[in-house]
Amino acid sequence: MTAVPVPHRVISRRPETADTVTLRFEPVGRPLADFLPGQFAMVHAFGRGEIPVSVSSVQATGGLAHTVRSVGAVSDGLCAARVGDVVGIRGPYGTSWELQRARGRDVVIVAGGIGFAPLRPLILGALAEPEAYRRINVLIGARTPSDLIARAEVASWATAYTGVTVDQPEPDWRGDVGVVTQLLGRAQFEPEETTAFVCGPEPMIRATARELIQHGVPHDRVQVSLERNMRCATGHCGHCQLGPVLVCQAGPVVDWAHAEPLLAVREL
Amino acid sequence: MPPSIALRMNHALPAEHRERLLRIGREAEFPQGARLFEEGGHADRFWIVRSGTVALDMHVPGRRPPVIETIGTGDLVGWSWLYEPFVWQLGAGAVTALRAYEFDAVAVRLMCLNDAEFGRAVEHWVGRVLAHRLNAARARLVDLYGIYETKEER
Repeated sequence: MTAVPVPHRVISRRPETADTVTLRFEPVGRPLADFLPGQFAMVHAFGRGEIPVSVSSVQATGGLAHTVRSVGAVSDGLCAARVGDVVGIRGPYGTSWELQRARGRDVVIVAGGIGFAPLRPLILGALAEPEAYRRINVLIGARTPSDLIARAEVASWATAYTGVTVDQPEPDWRGDVGVVTQLLGRAQFEPEETTAFVCGPEPMIRATARELIQHGVPHDRVQVSLERNMRCATGHCGHCQLGPVLVCQAGPVVDWAHAEPLLAVREL
Repeated sequence: MPPSIALRMNHALPAEHRERLLRIGREAEFPQGARLFEEGGHADRFWIVRSGTVALDMHVPGRRPPVIETIGTGDLVGWSWLYEPFVWQLGAGAVTALRAYEFDAVAVRLMCLNDAEFGRAVEHWVGRVLAHRLNAARARLVDLYGIYETKEER
């Protein structure tokens, strides 16, 4: 790990939606340590600043990539990067999805919006070893069909159940419409023998985790990725503090047994 | 019991009431694209989906009806049959080939009138379905994905 951004060259740029791109990188000099699915990097757009971005692909399987949605000055700059451009990356930071805890069990992965991106390498990891898990379920929610990331890739996944739903359908949409939790009723899993992974807007995480718990999935078998204002990513600045926890250190991935009491406190 | 399961008739109604209800139901099938009912029509039936997907939609002049929500296996299709003026508030169509239990609304309302306990159970079940759909609609109104996507300062 390094506190100084390491130059990385953009080697591919894939538009995912109108405002989201996936950038794949190679180090200009020495490489960073390998990222794990769920961890994040601080990505630096020179002249603009730095933002935390979870990895959407890791070096071990396909190379380091970040999926970035254009929502501000830094992410605008990253989304506009072209192949050959250089950005700064430091990391890896934070905790990772604990896929090994799901071995031999049913797997339920629930993604909301851009929260799909941090889950993508986890999903690919599970699909690469289907014999290691019982049934793999992937549930995806998005604002509109145009906001869905990697639609073709998702359609090709060999899962027990893959569900996609949107809040606002477009005229050519023939899929489901509604909140992502409604898909839980169609997923194939035995709750007591399930490990779940959830990433998306915080209210969606809360609703999904609560419903999974109500189904009977153990609290400590529901892993969620918390979104907080990571700045230094090294536990010094305190911007990402959530109660007694620094999310950049103890998170972003935590189990629901630890996350629930924190998210229940207003203003945290 | 999680909401998505608890709202289903198999769980929401006590076995005795469920069996009484199912005795007056009939099996129905709809091909993909078939309409179950139209907004503004008389709500004289309702369905429990056995397999397939139903889309609830709204009439908008001059354009294809926008889909409000989709409903799947085990879910209740239609609640307007239980409350006056018994008029469908939305339209519904089969997104896929559909198998369902179909119920005569007048017969069920009569059963509710004649057996207060049965009536309370049915009203409780449908009321919970309504509350769940209201909550889901409110969550979508907030546009969570939009909020989530705009955390970075401009």
